[in-house]
Amino acid sequence: MFAYIVRRFAVAIPTILILIVLSFVLMYSAPGNPFNGEKIPPPEVLANLQAKYGLDQPYWKQITNYVWNVVAHFDFGPSFKYKDRSVNDIIAQGFPVTLTYGFWSFVVAVVVGVSLGVLAAIRHNTWIDYLAVGFSIGAQSLPNFVMAPVLVVVFTLWLGWLPGGGWNGGQWQYIVLPVVALATSYFASIARITRSSMLEVMNAGFIRTAKAKGLPMRRVIWRHALKPAMLPVLSYLGPAFVGMVTGSVVVDAYFSTGGIGQFFVNSAFNRDYSVMMGITILVGVLTIVFNLVVDVLYAWIDPKIRY
Amino acid sequence: MKLRTTLMASSAALLVLSGGMAYAESHATHPVTGEALAADQTFTYQDIDESPSIDPGMVEDVAGSDIVRDLFEGLMNQDADGNLIPGVATGYTVSDDKLTYTFTLRDNAKWSNGDPVTAGDFVYAWERAASPELASPYSWYLELMSIVNVSAVIAGEMTPDQLGVEAPDDHTFVVHLSQPLPYFAQMVTHSTTFPVPRATVEEWGSEWTRPEHIVGNGAYVLTEHVPQERMVRVRNPMYWNNDATIIDTVVRLVINDDAQALTRWQAGELDKVAVPSGQYPALKEQYPTEATSFPSLCSYYYTFNLRDDAPEWEKDVRVRQALSLAIDRDIIVQNVTAGGQIPAYTFTPGATAGFEVPSVETANMTQEERVAKAQALLAEAGYGPDNPISLEILYNTSEGHKNIAIAVSQMWKQNLGIDATINNMEWQTFLEARGSGQFDVARAGWCGDYNEASTFLDLMTSGSGYNDAAYSNAEVDELMAAAKTMDDPSANYTRVEEIVAAEAPIIPIYHYTSVFMMNDALKGWPVNNVQQNWYSRDLYKVAE
Amino acid sequence: MFSNKTTAEDLAGVITAAEVKGRSLWSDAAARFVRNKAAVLGAVVLLAITVFSLFGQYFAVWSNEEIDWSIMGKISQAGAPSFANGHYFGADELGRDLYARTVQGTRISILVGMVGSLVAVVVGTLYGAIAGYFGGRVDNIMMRTVDVLMSIPFMFVLILMLVIFGRSIVMLFIGIGLISWLDMARITRGQTLTIKNKEFVEAAIAVGVSPTMIILRHIVPNLLGIVVVYATLLIPGLIMTESFISFLGLGVQEPMTSLGALIRSGAGQMQFGVIWQLAFPLTFFLVTLFAFTFVGDGLRDALDPKDR
Repeated sequence: MFAYIVRRFAVAIPTILILIVLSFVLMYSAPGNPFNGEKIPPPEVLANLQAKYGLDQPYWKQITNYVWNVVAHFDFGPSFKYKDRSVNDIIAQGFPVTLTYGFWSFVVAVVVGVSLGVLAAIRHNTWIDYLAVGFSIGAQSLPNFVMAPVLVVVFTLWLGWLPGGGWNGGQWQYIVLPVVALATSYFASIARITRSSMLEVMNAGFIRTAKAKGLPMRRVIWRHALKPAMLPVLSYLGPAFVGMVTGSVVVDAYFSTGGIGQFFVNSAFNRDYSVMMGITILVGVLTIVFNLVVDVLYAWIDPKIRY
Repeated sequence: MKLRTTLMASSAALLVLSGGMAYAESHATHPVTGEALAADQTFTYQDIDESPSIDPGMVEDVAGSDIVRDLFEGLMNQDADGNLIPGVATGYTVSDDKLTYTFTLRDNAKWSNGDPVTAGDFVYAWERAASPELASPYSWYLELMSIVNVSAVIAGEMTPDQLGVEAPDDHTFVVHLSQPLPYFAQMVTHSTTFPVPRATVEEWGSEWTRPEHIVGNGAYVLTEHVPQERMVRVRNPMYWNNDATIIDTVVRLVINDDAQALTRWQAGELDKVAVPSGQYPALKEQYPTEATSFPSLCSYYYTFNLRDDAPEWEKDVRVRQALSLAIDRDIIVQNVTAGGQIPAYTFTPGATAGFEVPSVETANMTQEERVAKAQALLAEAGYGPDNPISLEILYNTSEGHKNIAIAVSQMWKQNLGIDATINNMEWQTFLEARGSGQFDVARAGWCGDYNEASTFLDLMTSGSGYNDAAYSNAEVDELMAAAKTMDDPSANYTRVEEIVAAEAPIIPIYHYTSVFMMNDALKGWPVNNVQQNWYSRDLYKVAE
Repeated sequence: MFSNKTTAEDLAGVITAAEVKGRSLWSDAAARFVRNKAAVLGAVVLLAITVFSLFGQYFAVWSNEEIDWSIMGKISQAGAPSFANGHYFGADELGRDLYARTVQGTRISILVGMVGSLVAVVVGTLYGAIAGYFGGRVDNIMMRTVDVLMSIPFMFVLILMLVIFGRSIVMLFIGIGLISWLDMARITRGQTLTIKNKEFVEAAIAVGVSPTMIILRHIVPNLLGIVVVYATLLIPGLIMTESFISFLGLGVQEPMTSLGALIRSGAGQMQFGVIWQLAFPLTFFLVTLFAFTFVGDGLRDALDPKDR
C-alpha cells in the first residue's frame, strides 16, 4: 500500500508539470493582455508593464522561471491584475472561504444524499421512492443561477432570516445560503448513485441470506448493505469534493463570498495569467490528491481490491 | 499572520469608531442644513467588481478612484457641483506664460500616522507615478497633464527626478508644463495626482496599501479589505477637516450581479446600488424618491472602420450617414436602456463644463424624416435590395450592450434592408479585435478623464490611441491642436463636432446617466457633479 | 441472473448461434425498456419536445429575432403571454417573442446535448478501444494522458477554447464534447480489455485481420450497449454545461439562443414582474432533462441487466 502511494505521487509530479505547460500555452495563445483595463494603456506604458512582469522575455524563459519559482520557493508570482496582491495572497484569502462553504456543502450533500438514496432503495417502487427520485432529478436539473437568486429573494427579502450575501469572516449566517445552493446539485447525484447501488446490493446473495436468517432490516442495512453500496458513491465523491472545495463560480458571483471560483473565472477573462495558473495548479493538485484518497479508501472498504 | 491582521484592523476600527460615535451623538443635527442626523452613520454601497489597485499611483478604474478619494486627498477637491475647492492646497497661482503652477499647501494637513503632509510627498508621488519602475497603468494621465519631461521619464529615457515638479519648501509645490493647459487645475482632482507616504511605501513595497500598513491623508482610513468581498473605511481623526466629517464608517461590498444587489438593497442591506439595465422606469414608479438618474460625463457610440482593408461600403459617407440616421435614439433611451439617458447626435455630452451641444441638422428631424433620408442616401450610394449590405456589429459581452445591438440591428434590417448580424466577444478579445480593426461596426463608450470637451474630441484626431475608426481629417487635427492653447476653444470644438457629424466616422447613440437606487436617509450625494467624484465625508444620513 | 428463465431455455440459448443471440439480446432489451413506464413516458415526452423544437416555429406569429416595437419598453404590462398579440409565451425584455425563442432555444439545447454526446462517444470509444486493444505501453501512455487531462479544470479549457477560437456553435459542440470524452475512454477501455480475449477476436487476429478492422468491426460493435447507455446519461449533463456557459456569457451568439441563456436572463428578471420569461424556458429545460434522465435510466436497466 505504501509503495502504491509513493508510485502514485511519482506519477503526479510529471502530471503537474504537463498541466503547467499546457495551461501556459493555452493561456498565452488567448488574445488580449492582462493590462487592458477600462482603458487600453498607450504603447510606452504597456512596455513598462510588460517589462515589470517579465512578459517581454522569451516564452521558454518565462515558463522556466515560473516553474522554478513555484517549485523552489512555492511562489506563484504577483497577480497581473490586482497590482498589490500576489497569487499566494489571493489563494490564501480566497481558498479558506471556498474550503469552508465547500466542506459544509460536502457534509450536507453526503448526509442528505445518502439518506435519501438509501430510503428510496429500501422503499423501492413506493411513492417514497418516486418522490425521492423525482426530487433528486429536479434538484440536479435546476441550474444554480436560478437557485441562488430564489434563495436570496425568499430568505433575505421575504423572510429576512439570512443576509443575502457576503462572507464577513465566515459567520454562520453568511455560510447557510451558499451551502444550500452548492449542496443541492451534488446531493441529488449522490442520492441517485446511492439508490441504484443500494438496489443492486440488496439483491445480492449475502443480503438475501442475511434477511433469510431473520436479521432485523435495520441491522441488515447498517451492517451489511451500506458499506458495499458506498463503493460507487465513493468514486463520485472524490471529484465532487474537489469540485465543491474549489468552489462554484455561480455561488461566488451571487453570494459575493470572495471565494476562489470568482477569482478563477475573472482571471481567465482578465488574462491574469499568474492567478489563472496558480488556481489551475491548486485544483489540479487537489484532484490528484483526492483521487488517491478515494482509491485508498476503496481498498479499505473493499478487501478484494489489492494494490 | 492572518489572525493578527484581523485583530489589529478590528481594534483600530473600534478605536476610531468609538470616537466617531461620540461625535454623531453630540452633533445630532447637520451643521449647515440643521437636519436631524441618524445615530448610525454607516454608508454601505455596491461595487460591481474589485478594483485592481487602491494605490493612488496605480489606480486605474472609477471604483478604485472613489476609494482613493476617501483614503487620500489631493491638491484640489471638487464640491457638489464639480467646482474646484481647496484640498491639501489652499490655492494656486499661474505664471503669465501659463506654464508654471504654484500650489500653496495648508500647514495642518497630516498623514494618518501624524506626520505632516509636505510638498515633498507630492513630488515623490508624481515622480513615482511616472517611473517605469512602478509601471503604473495610469502613468499616461501625467502625459495628458503635459508636465515637463513626462514622456521621457515614462519611456525610461530620463530619471524620475527630472520630472518637471519641485518643492522649494514644505508648503510650496511647483509644476512646470510643456504647453499651456487651460484645464490643468481641474486635472489635479484626479486620484493619480494624490500624495503617497514615502516611508510607508518604501518599507512595505507593493503591500503598503494593506489595512495593516496603509497610511493616508484622506478623511478615512482603511481598516478591512477582503478583495472581491468587502472593504471598510472609518473616519480618520488625523484628517485636518475631521470635524466636518459626518459619516463614520464606509462599507464597500462587491456584488457582481445587479439584480442580486437590488434585492439586497430592498432588504435594507445597502444604501446605494446600481439599477439593473432597463429597470429604472419601473423602479422609479415603485420608489419615486430613491431611484435616481442624472447626466454623467460619458458617451455611448458605435464606430465605423475606415481602414483600407475594411469593407468598401464603409468608405462611402452616404452609407455611414444612412446607418446613423436609421437608428431611433429615442427608442433606445426610452425602451432599451430606459435610465433617462440623453439621445446623442454629436459626440461630447452636453454635461461637459463650458460646452454647448452644437445644433446639427439630424438632431432636429423627426424619425420618419431621418429614415426617409437614410433610405434616399443608401439608394443614392447604390445599395438596395439588389445590392444589399451585410455587416456585423461587434460588442463586448454584457446584457446592456447586447440589447442595444439587437435593437440597432433590427432597425437597420427593417428600415434599410441591411443584413445586420451581431457578434459579442468577451472584453479582452473585443479590445484586441476593435483595436486592430477586425470589425465592421463596433460598440464603444468613452468617459471624460477631466471635465472639458477635449477629453472627448481628442479621440477624433488621427494620432489618438483610442481612435478605433482610424478616422483622419487634417482640419480636425489642426483645430484640436490649436484649441489646446486657446483661451476660449469652444468655437473649435463646435466646428469639430460639425465635421464629425457630417463625415460620420462614428454614430453617437446616447450620453450616459448615472442611475442608481439610493436610500432616502442618505443625503449630500453630488448629483450635479457630472464626473461623479464623490467624497464620503460630504455625505450624511438623516434620522428617519 | 435470468432467474425467470427455465433451464431448458438457458440451454437453448447456449446452443443457438452467436448472431441469433445478438439479436435476442437487443429485443430482450427492448422488451425490458417497454416494461419501464417512466422510461417510456420519458421517450414519449422527449419525442414531443423534439417535434416541438423542430416544427414549433411554423405556429409562431413572430420570428425569434423580430422586435415587437409596440410592446417594447413596457414588457411587464404588455408583454405577458397572450394569444391576442401572438406572443403565446409572452415577450422577452426587448419585446421579442418568447415562444419563437423557446422553440429555437430548445432546439439548440437538445442539439448541444446530442452532438456533444456524440463527439464524446466517437472520440472516447475509439480512444478507449485503441488503448484497451493494444495494451502495454500504448495503453499506459494513452491512459496516463487521460489522467493528466482529467486533472485539468474543465472550465479552464472550455473558457480558453471559446476565447481563443472565437465563439461559434461548432466550437461549442466540440468543446463540450471534448471535455466529456475522458470518462467514455475509461469505460470503453475497461470493456475492451475483456472483449479482446474473446474467441472471435482471437480468431480474427489468427486469420490476419488488421488491427484497425478488428477495432472497428469487432470491438466497437460489442461496446455499443454500454456506449448508448452512457451517451444518453451524458446528455442532461451536457445541457447543464451549456447553461453554465451561457451564464458566463460564452454561449451561442444572439439572435440565436439556448434554454440556458433564456433561463439566465429570465432569472435576472424574475423580480421585475415578468416571471414568464423564467417560467417557460425553465419548464422546457426541466422537462427535457427529466425525459433524458428517465430514458437514460431505462436504457441502462434494459441493456445492462446487472443494474436492474
